[in-house]
Amino acid sequence: MGYVIAFMVLPIAIIATYSFFQRGQYGGIVYSLTLDNFARALDSLYVGILGTSVALSSTVTLLALLIGFPTALAITKLQPQHQNIALVLVILPFWTNFLIRTYAWIVLLSSEGLLNQGLLGLGIISDPLALLYTPGAVVMGLLYAYLPLMVLPIYAALSRIDPSLREAAIDLGASRFTALRQVVFPLAIPGTLVGCVFVFVPSVGNFIVPELLGGGKTVMVGNLIRDQFLKARDWPFGSVLAMAMVVMLVLLFALQARITKRVLGQG
Amino acid sequence: MTGVGKLGWVLAAVCFFLYAPIAIVIVMSFNASKIPFQWTGFSTRWYSELFANASVLEGLRNSLIVGVSTMILSVVLGVLLAIGITRHSTSSAVQALALAPAIIPDLALAIGLLALFSAISFPLGLTTVILSHTIFCMAFVAAIARGRILQIDPALEEAALDLGDTPRGVFFRVTVPSLMPAIIAGALLAFTLSFDEFVITFFTNGPSTPTLPIVIYSMVRFGVTPEINALASLVLLFSVAIVLISQRSVKLSQSI
Repeated sequence: MGYVIAFMVLPIAIIATYSFFQRGQYGGIVYSLTLDNFARALDSLYVGILGTSVALSSTVTLLALLIGFPTALAITKLQPQHQNIALVLVILPFWTNFLIRTYAWIVLLSSEGLLNQGLLGLGIISDPLALLYTPGAVVMGLLYAYLPLMVLPIYAALSRIDPSLREAAIDLGASRFTALRQVVFPLAIPGTLVGCVFVFVPSVGNFIVPELLGGGKTVMVGNLIRDQFLKARDWPFGSVLAMAMVVMLVLLFALQARITKRVLGQG
Repeated sequence: MTGVGKLGWVLAAVCFFLYAPIAIVIVMSFNASKIPFQWTGFSTRWYSELFANASVLEGLRNSLIVGVSTMILSVVLGVLLAIGITRHSTSSAVQALALAPAIIPDLALAIGLLALFSAISFPLGLTTVILSHTIFCMAFVAAIARGRILQIDPALEEAALDLGDTPRGVFFRVTVPSLMPAIIAGALLAFTLSFDEFVITFFTNGPSTPTLPIVIYSMVRFGVTPEINALASLVLLFSVAIVLISQRSVKLSQSI
């Protein structure tokens, strides 16, 4: 336990402390208390970047939900032994190298890439489309990376629902869709929220996808934090940004726990 | 049953979405042309060039050192942690904290560790990478081991104690063997996670010891080349093989 506390709590505590200090002239840390970093973080430039990150990550989460829910539902309809195979198929890419999965999208989306070549070859377009280095490419890369994290918790929630509940609703005269909407959906809310958090959290902090697929044009809070630590060497300001991100995510976890509790409480 | 049919198509489309990009990279790695997007014929040329690339080989060596060290450390610590949180603690806060590194954003963990190492003036290098990887791999090992511990009948250990074995003997002769499938699965998972880890390595590594993902990152930033395709294919297949073996092991542990 001591090990966990030393390497988990201590780093966060140091980051939290740094956020109150000043940057030295040559990138070190001057240990005098200040709130300047916090004031600077409220600059419209940085608030804008945070807004972009939240907007892009929300889009990714929404798309993952729209694709992931039917996928999880489809898996629960398979034979039990096929369900395991389908789950492994969905999760397997997630365990492979993240950089390579992102790189695959450069191959697909670049102007000489396969998507453009295909469309040109079919005569659908006459000039290559600018697909890479757009916010759309960033959304696509994040969706590709984190979709499995949406499917798994929803599947776990759906597979725990007693099928006789749905059958009872249909026997009592509900249509298949009504049974799905009024019986299955509410019971799947906790798992669905876990999926949303699992997709949103790593999306917000990601700096690889915006860099490789956004080409530096789409700056997210992860890129900003990375640059403060490794390029600008302004650790106190980087710490403030990181703390802002962590606090936002903790609030999100709390919100998810609260909604789950309320849903289960009603049930 | 049209509903099942439609959902079946959803599943097929999602699998296509997940695997098509990877498949394209693998196919293009066998392209003879130096221009990455024009197919001119089958060749294994890029694979042989890869094995002559000094920075790739150095990255591979560093990644193997880090992967094996992380695997050993995170299995020992992760299993002890799992026993600790399941047997000796009822606090859900402690349990959540122990598994937290698997959930918090890797960037937050990375800068926190960088700040910690620099605060104690610990020189950055493979040692700091191994320590950092161990933190978050350990959480995954603990999660797997915990699932297995909850299945073991405590009466087995009590019986061994009653029959006169020492607590130390019980641990090595009863507890560890019954955890073995979870230990193997956890070890393989820890190795893959460490082998593919980029963000934490990027922050906690020194400049002279790049791991394979760091080498891949510096190559990828300069665009698409057939050599990256070959490297990517090998790394992908390697991870997939390890994860599939680990899955089998987890399944074995559930069936015992």
